[in-house]
Amino acid sequence: MAAFIIKRLLHSVIVMLAVGFVAFLMFNYVGDPINNMVGQETTVVQREQLREQLGLNDPFYLQFLRFAGNAAQGDFGLSYQHRRPVEDIIMERLPATLELSIMSALFALGVGVPMGVYTALNRNSVLSKVFMFVSLVGVSLPTFLIGILLIFLFAVQLQWLPSFGRPGVVDLGWWHTSLLTWDGWKAIIMPAITLGLFQMTLIMRLVRAEMLGVLRTDYIKFARARGLKNRAVHFGHALKNTMVPVITVTGLQLGTIIAFAIITETVFQWPGIGLLFIGAVRDADIPVMSAYLVMIAFFFVVINLIVDLLYFAVDPRLRVERPGASGGH
Amino acid sequence: MRMKTLLLGTVFAVGATAMAAPADAQNQFRWARQGDALTLDPMSQNEGPTNTLSAQIYEPLIERANDLGLQAGLAVSWEPVEDTIWEFQLREGVTFHDGAAFDADDAVFSVNRAMAETSDFRNYLSSVEEVEKVDDFTIRIHTAGPNPILPQQMTFIYMMDQDWAVANNVEEPQDYAGGEETFAVRNANGTGPFIVELREPEVRTVLVKNENYWDAANVPLEIDEMVLSPIASDPTRVAALLSGELEFVLDPPVQDLQRLAADPSIKVETVDENRVIFFGMNMGAEDLDDDSVEGANPFADIQVREALYRAIDIDAIQRVVMRGQATPAGVVVPTFVHGYDADLDVRLPFDPDGARELLAEAGYPDGFQATLYCPNDRYVNDEAICQAAVGMWAQIGVEVDLVARTRSIHFQDLQNRVINFYMLGWGVPTFDSEYIFNFLYHTDDGDRGSWNGTGFSDARMDELTQAMLTEVDLAARDSLIAEAWGVAQENLVYLPLHYQVINWAMGADVNVPIRSDNTPLFKYVSFE
Repeated sequence: MAAFIIKRLLHSVIVMLAVGFVAFLMFNYVGDPINNMVGQETTVVQREQLREQLGLNDPFYLQFLRFAGNAAQGDFGLSYQHRRPVEDIIMERLPATLELSIMSALFALGVGVPMGVYTALNRNSVLSKVFMFVSLVGVSLPTFLIGILLIFLFAVQLQWLPSFGRPGVVDLGWWHTSLLTWDGWKAIIMPAITLGLFQMTLIMRLVRAEMLGVLRTDYIKFARARGLKNRAVHFGHALKNTMVPVITVTGLQLGTIIAFAIITETVFQWPGIGLLFIGAVRDADIPVMSAYLVMIAFFFVVINLIVDLLYFAVDPRLRVERPGASGGH
Repeated sequence: MRMKTLLLGTVFAVGATAMAAPADAQNQFRWARQGDALTLDPMSQNEGPTNTLSAQIYEPLIERANDLGLQAGLAVSWEPVEDTIWEFQLREGVTFHDGAAFDADDAVFSVNRAMAETSDFRNYLSSVEEVEKVDDFTIRIHTAGPNPILPQQMTFIYMMDQDWAVANNVEEPQDYAGGEETFAVRNANGTGPFIVELREPEVRTVLVKNENYWDAANVPLEIDEMVLSPIASDPTRVAALLSGELEFVLDPPVQDLQRLAADPSIKVETVDENRVIFFGMNMGAEDLDDDSVEGANPFADIQVREALYRAIDIDAIQRVVMRGQATPAGVVVPTFVHGYDADLDVRLPFDPDGARELLAEAGYPDGFQATLYCPNDRYVNDEAICQAAVGMWAQIGVEVDLVARTRSIHFQDLQNRVINFYMLGWGVPTFDSEYIFNFLYHTDDGDRGSWNGTGFSDARMDELTQAMLTEVDLAARDSLIAEAWGVAQENLVYLPLHYQVINWAMGADVNVPIRSDNTPLFKYVSFE
């Protein structure tokens, strides 16, 4: 078990180094940050001085090694645009993104699972057809369009919900949350739905397919033969057995939600790390971009590690010690 | 709506006794634009959005009025006492937000701070040799040579409190390599009409009215609380204005203007911007590496430049691409910049037949191929303008490949002189033609001509440019400028396109006086 974890952690480090390396390769093509940093009157000599000062004239592998060395010590440098330490800015922005991601994951689960169960149990009802249609829309419409449609309907026409921002933030010292105020809840509804709609349809279809499969198995037939009520059969036996793949997929999708929050955050001006990243790309703010990419890689690596460990716990076959193959993968 | 809120607030306050927050009865002014200020330090970033926020908090010695003329700010008067010395009489009785009095020490300190190595404004003060305190309310600025436009340049130099800066260890603007964030990045202590109450970068910035503002008697100063929220997404910014969550949007997207103007609760104000858009061509090189002509540079031939100019149907671009939101230009100088002359602002007519003849005369009867580089995220509809122009040049046989890229790469390549045919826009912060000649027309010698990617080099132009920097006799200086414009127009150095237009969208019950420098001064805002 310990060897397994250590091996996975080593893999993770390699993955993150690779991500950082590729990121730095790409930075050669995002353009010159200097022009975004100084006024147009700045002379060529002054620009060159600044470029030298920031180490932008070094070959990229040298820039990368310097970055990796500093990052290993938790120092991501100073943002070119904001002139503040990157780790401070990211920590300031992270709660907003995490709250949004968790809310949209909860939305996806809370709505997707019941809808999936319903459509599996009542395959031919009108409501099922409606749900299936909605899920088709959720899969096919791009995120930004869903966001704008929601804004148009609920902010401009009905004026029920705010169209942008994250008001009502309460600072808890170690964390700042917008979930303790009414204003904050109102503001998170539309972004959470926008971000979670795709996952919701995914979960709904997954639950539906799994349920349909499980309902055909023998033990469901036996349960019915025992005279159990529909309720007990559907929720006590069938649904329980569909949950394993659903939890796995949801876990893996959480990383995707965090990473894909970029678009939703831009549409709703949600002050998270995705919005920060977009701004950084626009201004070629290399320290922020590299820190963001490494952090997202870190999220994926950690979530994958947890999922691997869960498999290890859930699937007994992985735990059997085989000679010469200790450690699974 | 404003009055209704106010009345409702009052009724509510009376009805619910002490329950209603007093904020309900105040004039709140919520506004948005695409990006936030980068810092509150008024000297570390010379960037439009940053300067706009600074201008509400800090003040310069000389201010620009809403018509962009000079008016007394923290200096009551200024005059040259010798050729190389400007004397400023400072305003008495002005206090900073923390209560400290403004005097000559602060002014001297601020000018010196703006000249520091880490200041992004030091280029405005490159002529300054020394700043001298004469008495408590008089300072003198000594320049290396005569500098007639120093007052124009001083409009960007904001006054800070020396004691505050010393106490908070921000005597110099922040250095890029300087590790930690400095105090002045998120805190401010100016003399301006608004005081920073809350600063959450990229989220919101709350300013409240300065009750002790020195000029309160002469400006409306009706805003009690001002909230700036940057909103990057165009449709969201418009939606927030339409839904009444904002009173003012500084940069409404061009495609939504009609819809906004049609809404009775919204009004849109329009004025020509201090920015002219044009194409530049490398006429200096012997041969170009990205055209189809071997052994010669077609752009070096003025007939070719004129042909390209005449092939542009500017009215079509103005009508279709810009949706009317542009004013065609015949010269690379905005209309309110000193030295602008309506006689210069005449375009060569759109004349594709004449253009083809010119090409034939120049030896390219079948045209040639070239590559045009454009930004796609810098100017209004920049890429679309280039696409339109490419189509128009195809009509006269010049096949142009278009490469549209992000501004970071575009300007880098222009600075490195690796592109031969490009789009550029130019704003003139000093409102004087010298600024244009200095950067766009003077020979690129490493010091001047830093944005002259055309290779244009003319001894007389260089002479005139340098002379107008130091000529103090205004009439003589004006004739230098006029002569320089003559040289520029005669040589067709650039192909002018148009002046960009500024649109500000606001609630129908709010008046924000529009300004061509795109820098609203919110002390002038009034409510109906």
